[in-house]
Amino acid sequence: MEKKTPLYEVHAAMGGKIVPFAGWLLPVQYETGVIQEHMAVRTKCGLFDVSHMGEILLAGPDSVKNLNRILTNDYTVMEDGQARYSPMCYENGGCVDDLIVYRRGENDYFIVVNAANKDKDFQWIKEHLTGDVTCRDISDEIGQIALQGPLAETVLRKICAEKFIPEKYYHAVFHAEAGGIPCTVSRTGYTGEDGFELYCAAEDTVNLWNCLMEAGKENGIIPCGLGARDTLRLEAAMPLYGHEMDSTVSPLETGLSFAVKMKKEDFIGKQAMEKADPPKRERTGLKVTGRGIVREKSELKKDGKTVGYTTSGTHAPFLGYPIAMALTERGALKPGDRVSADVRGREVECEVVPLPFYRRKK
Amino acid sequence: MNIPKNLKYTKSHEWVKFDGETTATVGLTDYAQSELGDLVFVNLPEAGDTVTAGEAFSDVESVKAVSDVYAPVTGTVDEANAELLDAPEKINADPYEAWLVKIEDITSMEELLTAEEYEKFVEEEKAQKH
Repeated sequence: MEKKTPLYEVHAAMGGKIVPFAGWLLPVQYETGVIQEHMAVRTKCGLFDVSHMGEILLAGPDSVKNLNRILTNDYTVMEDGQARYSPMCYENGGCVDDLIVYRRGENDYFIVVNAANKDKDFQWIKEHLTGDVTCRDISDEIGQIALQGPLAETVLRKICAEKFIPEKYYHAVFHAEAGGIPCTVSRTGYTGEDGFELYCAAEDTVNLWNCLMEAGKENGIIPCGLGARDTLRLEAAMPLYGHEMDSTVSPLETGLSFAVKMKKEDFIGKQAMEKADPPKRERTGLKVTGRGIVREKSELKKDGKTVGYTTSGTHAPFLGYPIAMALTERGALKPGDRVSADVRGREVECEVVPLPFYRRKK
Repeated sequence: MNIPKNLKYTKSHEWVKFDGETTATVGLTDYAQSELGDLVFVNLPEAGDTVTAGEAFSDVESVKAVSDVYAPVTGTVDEANAELLDAPEKINADPYEAWLVKIEDITSMEELLTAEEYEKFVEEEKAQKH
């Protein structure tokens, strides 16, 4: 039985096309459609319900010690309000999930995980804690809305005081207020544009959504669904758990070595990653030059020889052509190479391109 | 939901416009294009190809997924709407203007629905989904 976010009725009233996703009922698009919603985020601003994401609190004097052992990234040097991305791995180096950790205070951390993995992640973290530290799953108490696009800050300023708006990317202001509603304002996102993710009490989510929609009306804000969320993140070459990585793929194989600090004394998965050095696979970007969309799990061949398979793929509305990301044999491909993708028995030609596909103008 | 009265329909959401008994034009209904979402590719048969009632003769691809289009009649393709190859979004914009193929020498057809019957069929499908 799928769960509803606090904004379910709002989506239905706004013409959202509700679909099941990761155990939740969410709009894949509204009447505007995926392409218009995607373009709104690239050119103005869009609003997303991301309340399905999981939130876990970690507290106690041994918080950093645990974060550093359970996650691949290093959390020893962080400011209050700062956020840092990390994969979380199994002993064999495969990924449990990828997540973002915020430091709220010296022994106080706020972790955001993928909706699909929330229970698994919470169990994993709980089972691996040692020392003076506790964790609590507060996902059901929290609603989350993402405001993304070049006009996101303009819109937010109308209902949120300057002191509550983080200046730097990957920073948040906890105990902020927007439209009179207590919330956390984080300068993060999954679109490749400037923007914010706002966390509030579940019961305040509808009010916060309505405030933002009202504030953004004259700036052309529209609600955006899961379809646009995927096309946006793919254009920005952002990985999605279950696609670019899963329990059989290590972060080093999929371009996430920036978030793996091998110099740390120890962390779960370190030994396996050391043994598998250099990694046998790498993440590659593809631009489809033939006709058709190359989606995930499509076999890739170069000169008749299999070199890997795609992990994600879709039509890229801003770029105007289909793109895909793939896991390929290390060193087999370089930008400019022609490969063919198997699409339902048909060969579709692609060109290897550097990642990311899209980068916003600063 | 737009369902013109002068057309016939299939349960796989194609519309058919007969021109005499052996020639017809085929396209996708308003319901079909709205379910599919923004279309980005259309693959069409060529003039001279045979199509068979109940079998897929084309496919359309939206951002979300690819869908087969089924022939409502058996016959020969007289003309495919080449305009759609570069502008598949016309199907979303005007599904009853953006015809896919013109078929001639029709020898048999599937069970076709009237506008009223199709409307009821769509209502039932929608009810099942929600």
